[in-house]
Amino acid sequence: MKCRKCGGTAVLELRRHNAAFCAPDFLDFFRNQVREAIRKHRMLEPEEQVLVAVSGGKDSLALWDVLIDEGYRTTGLYLDLGIFDYSVDSRRKCETFAARRNVPLIVASVAEEVGAPVPVIKNVTRRPPCSGCGLSKRYLMNRVALDHGLGVVATGHNLDDEAATLFGSITHWQTDALARQSPALPSTHAKLARRVKPLYRLSELETSAYAFLRRIDYIVEECPFAKGATSIAHKEILNRMEDASPGAKHNFLFGFLEKARAAFERAEAVPLRECVRCGQVTTGTVCAFCKLADQVKRTL
Amino acid sequence: MKVILRNPRREVEMPGERRVKDVLRELDILPETVLVIRGDELITPDQVVRDADIIELRPVMSGGSQIAPGAGHPPTAPALRPSLP
Repeated sequence: MKCRKCGGTAVLELRRHNAAFCAPDFLDFFRNQVREAIRKHRMLEPEEQVLVAVSGGKDSLALWDVLIDEGYRTTGLYLDLGIFDYSVDSRRKCETFAARRNVPLIVASVAEEVGAPVPVIKNVTRRPPCSGCGLSKRYLMNRVALDHGLGVVATGHNLDDEAATLFGSITHWQTDALARQSPALPSTHAKLARRVKPLYRLSELETSAYAFLRRIDYIVEECPFAKGATSIAHKEILNRMEDASPGAKHNFLFGFLEKARAAFERAEAVPLRECVRCGQVTTGTVCAFCKLADQVKRTL
Repeated sequence: MKVILRNPRREVEMPGERRVKDVLRELDILPETVLVIRGDELITPDQVVRDADIIELRPVMSGGSQIAPGAGHPPTAPALRPSLP
């Protein structure tokens, strides 16, 4: 298979683009896709200081790598979820990356902030582990950004993540989630950082290939709680569709963003207020994070 | 050839030489779900893997606590009660 651009030996086939690329031309393609995402959604100002949420996985470390090379001033944020050896290994990957690229890394611990690590939260709440984990991540990412005076948080969500989330939201007709699904979420309150997903145009295969070709040491093992997660099941369904019809995932997500999302977004805004306990932004009186921490304290 | 699979890590021996796409088909793995690594290089589905080769099929899927769209980010607008076109 030949590289579409230079005719050299290809290292990766991208069926949805009906193309294959050699390593240098693939890396160019990847960076161009990130630039296009940032430009199209006005995600970041040139040289803006960005908090990059990193997990030690391929997506977030690839994102951090490309943003550094694009000239953004970045600070990494690693959230220690307390998930056994998985968290120990993934934290080490982030620390190694930060040291190698000479960029700052903030580490926050869910166990310290909530009162217990994710495996204990799972038992206390009797809900899927991804539930308390996701809630804690969202809350802490925003709070750390505010504490450090950073106005924007970048996450490593890729095309497959976004398509799977969309699939889940449509399956349950979660219209509020559909209204909010976007590659870039603006700040709608003084205490809310913007959230951007510069990898949303790139598939998991592409982010993995980028991380591999850039020799980024990322954690290949799955989170032990990911097995059986609904998002994985949705990805598997979408991968079958993609195999039968290359470009299916891209068309599903981009069609929604371009043609359907606005229909869900039309109504007036929900009033935002500050949590009476922690001061972070919520739609209720006490935010979901404080309720979770209360539940953990009551039970332990 | 030796094929290394991950999550969990295991090895499969396959006799003879084959194209990558045939290896994947025999193992019932969709091509877009793995990086195919030989040595320190990526190889495409049309490449032939020799009997003496070792290849790694590294899964690209990650998942679990996918952060729901803007969840935790209080909604910028409430959903329409569906009256979609």
